[in-house]
Amino acid sequence: MTTQHALTEYLLRLGDSDIILAQRLCEWIGNAPALEEEMALGNVALDLIGQARSWLEYAAELQGEGRSADDLSFGRNEREYRNLLITEQANGNYADTLARQYLFDAWHYYLLQALCDSKDARIAAIAAKALKEVTYHLRRSSAWVKRLGDGTDESHQKMQQAIDDIWTYSGEMLLADDIDNLLFEAGIAPDSAAIKAQWQAHVSATLEEARLDCPPMDSYMQQGGKQGLHTEQLGFLLAEMQFLPRAYPDAVW
Amino acid sequence: MRQPPLMNHRANSLIASDRRPATSASQLPLARVWQLLDEVLDPEVPVVSVVELGIVRDLQWQEQQLQVTLTPTYSGCPATAFIEQEILQALHQAGIADVQLHQQLAPAWTTDWISESGRNKLHDYGIAPPVGSASKRSLLGEEPVIACPQCGSEHTERVSEFGSTACKALYRCTDCLEPFDYFKCI
Repeated sequence: MTTQHALTEYLLRLGDSDIILAQRLCEWIGNAPALEEEMALGNVALDLIGQARSWLEYAAELQGEGRSADDLSFGRNEREYRNLLITEQANGNYADTLARQYLFDAWHYYLLQALCDSKDARIAAIAAKALKEVTYHLRRSSAWVKRLGDGTDESHQKMQQAIDDIWTYSGEMLLADDIDNLLFEAGIAPDSAAIKAQWQAHVSATLEEARLDCPPMDSYMQQGGKQGLHTEQLGFLLAEMQFLPRAYPDAVW
Repeated sequence: MRQPPLMNHRANSLIASDRRPATSASQLPLARVWQLLDEVLDPEVPVVSVVELGIVRDLQWQEQQLQVTLTPTYSGCPATAFIEQEILQALHQAGIADVQLHQQLAPAWTTDWISESGRNKLHDYGIAPPVGSASKRSLLGEEPVIACPQCGSEHTERVSEFGSTACKALYRCTDCLEPFDYFKCI
């Protein structure tokens, strides 16, 4: 495997995770429990779509097949998507959405922080910009986990259930494979073990403050998204997201 | 999510090149070009110019071609493409026929680049301007006191981390009870 091939895959993982999670968040528009929450979800999704565009444009350039970020977003099938499994999981109730968001944000924050020091100048520039945005995402989602976890009996019970349900999808982002390791050696990607330690510290502290039980860090974790093996959720999501450009390929704004 | 072809986020890249027949003497003094762009307003906050916001980073003449360097505010800001169009239009109307727009991602845009006049205009428009500088400390908590732009009271509370656009948070004054936007410090 060449460094360029690994880098392309790595950029797809970053961009695909952003866009799939953004698409999930957009499903709340018109359905969120409060207007302020709807605006917040829409803004988080917008940040993620902007970040996805930056990563996917870079990936498309490295592929050198003349494709755009839009072509990659709207023209690939499930097996070609490299997003983390956690990002494609259904919205569920509001606690489910916030549990998914918080566990992702905490990883995203530490990853982007480390990517600011990447030897790849373009990755470092995109990461520095995205980090400012994700800092707010993490602040918001961790505040909600605490508010619901340390809230009423019902909100506590729902938040605990949400954390327990999504937990099996939280390990994939912390596990390094050959691509992560090769790029770490090249100074392009960070040390996954360091990110894992930071993530675990943030999550256990937040859950403790929220009066929630932290599931075992070493429990069995689902994986495969980074390699293109997805849960059944992704196909339905893509069917909705890609319908228009696939049905009307010449459509423009 | 289909974007007009102007949008192209690279670390440092050409995003638009527009050449039209010259209508008048092309090479205006740069100070005059800065003034021209200081009249191009942000579509979301139509009292502050793209220069006051710090989006326009550099202007250079390369012979008869004007090189404009822009740094976008937020990754997903939907106004970015619109602002690029407005800038091109303003320059063309002033008779500058040959323009190249470049996008520069690093250093990342910060609210520290908003000028003093920009901050005053935000305040007068009813948006609390960013408080303090965009250090990590202000990003990660330790909320500064945000004064109500309506009545000046410092008794305010945050309603949501996100307001009507990605760059703003929603606050409420507990004295005059008016809600207001706060331009987040990033």
